[in-house]
Formats: sequence, C-alpha cells, structure tokens
Amino acid sequence: MRHTLAVLVENNPGVLTRVAGLFSRRGFNIDSLSVGRTQNSAISRMTIVVEGDDLILEQVTKQLNKLIDVIKIQDVTQDEYVDRELMLIKVDADPAVRGEIMQIVDIFRARIVDIGRKTLTIEATGDEGKINAIEKSLRPFGIRELVRTGKIVMLRGHKFTAYNQKEED
Amino acid sequence: MNFSGAQILLKSLEAEGVDTIFGYPGGSVLDIYDAIFDSDINHYLVRHEQGAAHAADGYARATGKTGVCLATSGPGATNLVTGIANAYMDSVPMVAITGQVGSHLLGKDSFQEADITGITLPITKHSYLVKDVSELPRIIKEAFHIASTGRPGPVLIDIPKDLTVARADYSYPEKVRLKGYKPTFHGHKEQINQAAKAIAEARRPVIFAGGGVIISGAHEELKQLAELILAPVATSMLGIGSFPETHPLALGMIGMHGAKYANYAVTESDLLISIGVRFADRATGKVSAFAPDAKIIHIDIDPAEIGKNVRADIPIVGDARNVLVELIERVQQGMATEWQEKIQEWKKEFPLGCDQAEEGTLKPQYVVKQICEVTQGDAIIATEVGQNQMWAAQHFNFSKPRNFISSGGLGTMGFGLPAAIGAQVGRPGETVFDIAGDGSIQMNVQEMMTAVQYELPVNVAILNNHFLGMVRQWQELFYKRRYSHTDLTCSPDFVKLAEAYGAEGIRVTKVAEVKPALEQAIKSSKPVMLDFVVEREECVFPMVPAGGVLNKMLG
Repeated sequence: MRHTLAVLVENNPGVLTRVAGLFSRRGFNIDSLSVGRTQNSAISRMTIVVEGDDLILEQVTKQLNKLIDVIKIQDVTQDEYVDRELMLIKVDADPAVRGEIMQIVDIFRARIVDIGRKTLTIEATGDEGKINAIEKSLRPFGIRELVRTGKIVMLRGHKFTAYNQKEED
Repeated sequence: MNFSGAQILLKSLEAEGVDTIFGYPGGSVLDIYDAIFDSDINHYLVRHEQGAAHAADGYARATGKTGVCLATSGPGATNLVTGIANAYMDSVPMVAITGQVGSHLLGKDSFQEADITGITLPITKHSYLVKDVSELPRIIKEAFHIASTGRPGPVLIDIPKDLTVARADYSYPEKVRLKGYKPTFHGHKEQINQAAKAIAEARRPVIFAGGGVIISGAHEELKQLAELILAPVATSMLGIGSFPETHPLALGMIGMHGAKYANYAVTESDLLISIGVRFADRATGKVSAFAPDAKIIHIDIDPAEIGKNVRADIPIVGDARNVLVELIERVQQGMATEWQEKIQEWKKEFPLGCDQAEEGTLKPQYVVKQICEVTQGDAIIATEVGQNQMWAAQHFNFSKPRNFISSGGLGTMGFGLPAAIGAQVGRPGETVFDIAGDGSIQMNVQEMMTAVQYELPVNVAILNNHFLGMVRQWQELFYKRRYSHTDLTCSPDFVKLAEAYGAEGIRVTKVAEVKPALEQAIKSSKPVMLDFVVEREECVFPMVPAGGVLNKMLG
C-alpha cells in the first residue's frame, strides 16, 4: 500500500541526504519526495510517498524519527487532505495538431506556458490522477521532456501538520 | 574575539567535563594540537586512528562517560570509520572530532580531503560539519547531549582548518534546544501494568537482559526484579555483566554460542521479559522459532527496536532503569516452582565444561577459566573477535557491569587491545585483560606502543592456535575442513614482539605454567603479552548454526 507522509525537518544542510539515505539503506522504496521551506524559515517540510505494508511503514516512521533533524512525521494516508503536483511537459506540436493539443490542455484546465516552432510547453497542476491523465493524453503527440515536482499535501479543515513551539517548552 | 576556534573547542570540551582524548595529529588539526599543548586535558597519542576510536569506545564502556577521539582530515578521518561503526552498532556514547580541509578548499578534492560526514552518515547518531566558528560551543553541547542520552551512539564533528584559527567570543550554552530529539525516558504506565499482569500470570518466565541494562545502570533493579519474581536471567552478549553470573538465577549468554540451559530456558519460556535488547540474529537464531510459546515484553529506549526483529506483545518504550523501578512496585514475590527446578537440572546436565588434561596441550577454555580464577572474577575483560571472544563470554564469570568490553554488533577484529587501553585509562588501578586470538591481535598490535608509552599495565592473553580459529571452525563444520587461508602458522614471535615494544612477553605451553604466568602479568607494572599456545583445532561449543533454532545445538 502507498502511504503519504508529511515530514517536518530542520532546514539544515544535509537533511535531504539523511532522509533519502535512510530510505535506500534500509531498503525502503520512495515513490516521490518533495521538499521546501515552511512559513518558518528554520523548518522545511517534506512530502514523502512510500510503498510498503504496515510493518514497513512502522519501521520507516520510527527510523525517520531517530534522525535528529526530523521534527515531526505524520502519516496522512487515511486523512482527508488536499494534494497537488506540478508538471511541466514539452510535446511535439506541428501546426496541424496544435488545435487538438490546446483542446486537451483546456479540458484539464492546464496552461500553455511556452511555444516553440515545433513544440508546446504545458504546465499542469492537480492531484496525481489528473497529472497522470494529462500525460497519457499527450503521449500520442510525442513527449520531448517531462518534469514533475512530486506531490505535496495539506490536511483539510482545522487540522495541521505543524511544529508546536509549546512542545519544546 | 578573544579565542581561536581551537581554543573554543578545548574550552567547550572542558565545559563538558572531558579530561581524556585519544587522538593522532595531522595537517588539518595542527591548531587544535597547538591548543592541546596548553590544555589540562590528557591526550593519549595512539599509533593508528582506528586505535583512537576503539580506545574512546573502551573508555566509554568501562566508565559510562562519553569517549572522545580526534583525528585529522582525509585518511585520519577514514581510519576512524570502523571504530565509529563499532560504537554505533553497540550504542556506545562517543564524540569523534575530525579536522577538515579549509572551507575554501572544500569540495575541490584537496589534499587529505574526505567527505567524512557523508561517509559516516549511516554509522553515526548525528554529525556536524561546522560552518562558522561561533557555532562551535552549541554544536559541542548538542553533540555530547545526543551521544550520551537516549540510546547512546557516536556523533561526529568535522571542523575545517580555517575555523580552528578563526577567532570568536566564547560562551558555553546551558541548554540544548533540539526540536527533533526527545527520547522517552518513562515507560507508559498502562503498558507497565500489562507487564506486571503478564508476570503474575506467567508459569515459566525468563528475563532476557541486554546492553541497555548496563547503559542505564539498571543492574541493581534487574537483580531485585529477578529475585522478586524468581525468574532466571539470560543475557545477550552485550548484556554480560548486567546480572552476576555467580547468582543461582543466572543463565549466562543465549544465542549461537550460548549455554544449552540458557537457550533451552528461553525456548521453553512462556514469558520473556526482554530489557534493553535488540534481538540480534546471533542471539535469536531463527526468529520464527525463537521463544515460540512466550509472550514477549520488550523494554527499550529506542522505539525503532520494538517489533523490528521480533514481535513484542507488550512493548514498553523507556529507560530500562526507570521502567524496572516502576515494574518492581507492581509485581509480587514469586514462589519456587518446577520451572526453577527444571532450570537447575539443565544447568547440572549441560554445564559449560572444559576437559583440560594435566599433561596435555592447553585448552583455551582452561586459560580463560584460570584468568577468572586468578583475578577472582574482578577484572576488566576486553576481547577481540572470534573464538577468543566466545570463550571469554562463556568461561569468565562476570559479576559486575562494565567489565566485559567486546565488539558485539560489528564484530571488529582488532578492537580488544585499544579498547583495553581505553578501559585502563578510564579505570586506572584495575586489572585489565585483552583476551585475544593470534589473528585479531595482529590487527591493531601497534597499540602496544601506546600502552607502553603511557605505562598502562594491560595484559594481552593471546589464545594462540595459529589459526583464524572461528573461520576455521566454520570451515571444519560446514566446508568439509577445507581450510582456505585460515592457517596462521606464519606469525610473529609474540614474546619477542612484546619485548620489541618494551613490554613484557611470556610464552605459556603447559598447564602448570598458566597460573604463575598470569600472576606475574598482573603483578607487572608493564603491559604484558601472554602467548598461550593452545590446542589448534578446538571448537567453540555449544553452537547453533547460523539461522538455526536455538534449542538445536551442536556440541
């Protein structure tokens, strides 16, 4: 089963290596990992999608928790959350098929962000399913380049994945 | 801007109460050594950086304090790696300080540059690459806090050379603030109640004590609990000394080379009270057949150990001592039953024996038993790795914690001598032995020079069978006696070698010579190397073949 973890870490050099290294070392598979700073510049947040049964997840979480730089881990898999991923995709686009491509872009509410003589670059955001669907729809035209950020998540409603200063004091 | 980085480092170490460092100088640590020249800290110059790491490790295990080692950048730092890995596997508090090339040379494949924080990432509890001299006091404070609390382990601090020269003000922080590091010291009350209930219901309880008992200083509480509920106590290898082996309830070590009665008791138990153990494969054998009928209570400070190797029915995360204190309050005096009788019968039927013929070739087990007898069991015993280690574990009756100093998880040959040196530094005046093999001793024999220089009277007892004995044993048992590259007939004359270092060397070949030689060694104020020429093809028994079931032992 795939699990989505929201992980708060100290914004220290090497923290990404520590986390990524732990996964490979202990034989856990990462599906995706995205990282960036939070509203507090000393704290970064990772979203890690990992494949494994409950036993593996328990070990992943515990081993992550042992890293000094890891502040908090939340497995949000069973929670209600908003998730988004950003994809940039450059497709072959002869004038003859441009119209068709633009229609697909419209359907998915994606955007064309750059145009070349024979290519179009499209920006798409959405949950994983939508991103996969756009990729699939554009594949027949010839994909030249594709880059995805990996998914980021946020719990819905009045639920937070945040570091509570009070916990420290 | 009153102090150099090097001075700040030493002032911070002093603020942590460090009075002993094991190290080796080099280009990147010249300024640190210049500051050491003026410092009150005792620096021990080893002869190889690996020796520094193992000595710091042995010092830490013998005293409970955090061991400190120091090396230069590049090869100095990489030579520490085995010692750091060793400390990590056995949860030993250690701070390793390495010099690094200057900040402006970092990442340029400079002379003696090695990415030591990267290299040691999987074998340290935490590590720091210092970026600014003003961070040094905070980093050192954190490093010692992390190394010595919770489940202890090694922390590495890598300091670029320019930062040891750079100047800053010095003030040592009083508190550490680590958002992501909060070990759990007190066990969950309800879980402890559950454990007490399970103990009350158990008919065949066994306590399984590990290194965690020694680290948390819970040996007295362990004894109280065992005597209260009349449970026999088995230990892991690192748990040796957590419970006096002279005690009627003692079972000694379990596992691959555990006593038969210990392995039988664990296998037939209906409740295994596991304290500060990590259920290593050498201890459990085949996991699915480990204590098959037992409910398992698992007390450990590291939550990641719970359920990692063995299912835990009642997990309790917390400091072993704190948990035991609370558990003792909740259990009642047990009564002797058939279970205790059965264990006594096993102990009588399957003793860890040694059949030494008066005129025959020396048996290694006999030598170990004699060391125990001559020292009255009151000595620090470091070991190398292999048969020597297992015979020491089996045949020396340890009665106190922190007296058995042995590389468990990593199984590092060459650990014993530098560890014995570290132990002797930490506990001067006590008798220290390194029980060694003729193979292992040659891996860090250069440290004899360190022992001689600092007049540390460690005794090295080589059980010399002119073989890499444990590998030879496996070749005998599982590889049709094809002794591929395990014959060490070509070895130095250890007596002459000892003398070349300025130590004493004694060769012992006869039974009657053993005791006098040991007495002479203990009396000597010099380091002594004893070359016990023993039976060449003696095996360590009993033995559970790798991955085998605990109660099905060879020998």
